[in-house]
Amino acid sequence: MSNAPAGILYSKSHEWARLEGDQAVIGITAFAQESLGDITYVELPQAGDTLAADKEFGSVESVKAASDLISPVDGEVLEVNTALEDAPEKCNSDPYGEGWLVRVKLSGKPEGLMDAAAYEAFCATEAH
Amino acid sequence: MKTIFAKSVPGRCAWEIESDAPGAADMLPAGLLRKAPPRLPECSELDVVRHFTGLSRLNYSVDANFYPLGSCTMKYNPKFTEYVAALPGFSRLHPMLAQLSRGAACTQGALQCLHETERWLCELTGMKAFTFQPMAGANGEFTGVKLIAAYHKARGRTRKKMLIPDAAHGTNPASAALAGFETVNIESRDGMVDPEALMAALAAHGEDVAGLMMTCPNTLGLMEVHLPRIVEELRKVDALLYYDGANMNAIMGKMRVGDVGFDVVHLNVHKTLGTPHGGGGPGAGPVGVGERLLPFLPAPRVAMREDGSYRLEYNLPQSIGYMGPFYGSFGVVVKALAYMLRLGGEGLTRASEYAALNANYLKKRLEDVLDVPFARRFCAHEFVASAPEGMRALDIAKALLDRGFHAPTIYFPLIVKECLMAEPTETESKETLDAYVDALREIVAQGKADPQSLTDAPVSLPVRRMDETAAARQMVLTEDMA
Repeated sequence: MSNAPAGILYSKSHEWARLEGDQAVIGITAFAQESLGDITYVELPQAGDTLAADKEFGSVESVKAASDLISPVDGEVLEVNTALEDAPEKCNSDPYGEGWLVRVKLSGKPEGLMDAAAYEAFCATEAH
Repeated sequence: MKTIFAKSVPGRCAWEIESDAPGAADMLPAGLLRKAPPRLPECSELDVVRHFTGLSRLNYSVDANFYPLGSCTMKYNPKFTEYVAALPGFSRLHPMLAQLSRGAACTQGALQCLHETERWLCELTGMKAFTFQPMAGANGEFTGVKLIAAYHKARGRTRKKMLIPDAAHGTNPASAALAGFETVNIESRDGMVDPEALMAALAAHGEDVAGLMMTCPNTLGLMEVHLPRIVEELRKVDALLYYDGANMNAIMGKMRVGDVGFDVVHLNVHKTLGTPHGGGGPGAGPVGVGERLLPFLPAPRVAMREDGSYRLEYNLPQSIGYMGPFYGSFGVVVKALAYMLRLGGEGLTRASEYAALNANYLKKRLEDVLDVPFARRFCAHEFVASAPEGMRALDIAKALLDRGFHAPTIYFPLIVKECLMAEPTETESKETLDAYVDALREIVAQGKADPQSLTDAPVSLPVRRMDETAAARQMVLTEDMA
């Protein structure tokens, strides 16, 4: 089972959010990238777009499937990781680092997210 | 294998058609004529025969081997339907003829075929009428959701939401979106629509819900136990129910979707009624409707006069219009009719019974080989299983190819981990199913003893393991044919 880094928050749809003041960086978890397999395409919003918690904000495609990205927070997109256009594999190789998706200016306090320990316990119930 | 272009030798040819008919040069303005002849391959007749026979031998088909591709119903289609559809009275009929002023008199047999097929399908599904215009299943889905949109529009309201359970077919959300609906995903619980999720969606969207698209049995191969409740709740807001007929092969003679409360259904005749699968040829996706959607069907419709003769009815003011040319793929409809007449009601029922029997036999026998969820429930015509812990569905699928079997559907539905979805169909024998079980047992044992050997599969086919990741990341969509 993948080790979820401490200090960031996790959603049940396997996205993570790292809070930095009134901003958050969002990505997909190691569990998500492992389940998806080799990621071949990442569709992201544009800077200025509004994200709503629990709502779709893009998609990831892998050799197995296409999945929606579900935002863990409310906010406005400040920056997107354009490096993923040419190198979507960064989501596989470094999901918590170079594979980040978007940076968001938060418009509310994130709710209903899990810490690393709770997320790992959640993943254990999702696996077989 | 070389391409036919690579086998070309300048000046070589088979035979030339000699004709006095005018050529392009006699009919087109000089400015539009090409300057040089097209670069077509130059080959002898034998070169051509060997090339295409060679290609056909590389092809995998149900005529050659077992093809348990889940959700696709790759059953064997008896050849006699080809004979019937090729009868000159059908195959040489011009589609315009029935539309000419006295054309109906010359096409009574063909119109009768359409009319009788419609009656058969109505009997099979409990629907009131069918259109044959949609050219395939997904086109049928699109037609179905357009009919739902027309229903609400005729009542002076715009409804934007289409509810789709997550165990439905993947084409459902696409068809709904194409028709202008926003889809609302309904999560499942224990392999069934979660009634709480349904109620929450209805509470959130209320009278903005146009309908619900149901795959039943669902993509897990399970019959939906909450069906009566789902029908009841949607009726309360006058939302319509769509039945995805792609899994019809499970329920013929067992459940009539019109009787259960569905308003519209499409049938994949290539899955259920013995017509050919894809291959670039014409398909057909007839759509049936109940009373409420009857006025909106595409035009024209075949009607019977009082004297028992047939005519085309165009006076359908609320029709959604044409969804395909003429009356759909007429030849395919003839094949479906021939299949139904040959099997009869009893035979069609037995086909579904054997489809379910074969799937349950396979599921039971694989319980100690794969990780089979919902093991205590009977499945319908197909079932899902996960690769054993630590193994990948993809590797198992590729290893099956080496043993002469087509792979089951993998990684679908998305709600099952490392999913292998098998649909044996009614046309396979116990011996074939047993051989498939033996092959899977051997593969799993091999994967546990020597994991690397599975990632190498296939080793015995014309091509080895494709690099799917590279193919998706660096797409090459054209090829130099020289």
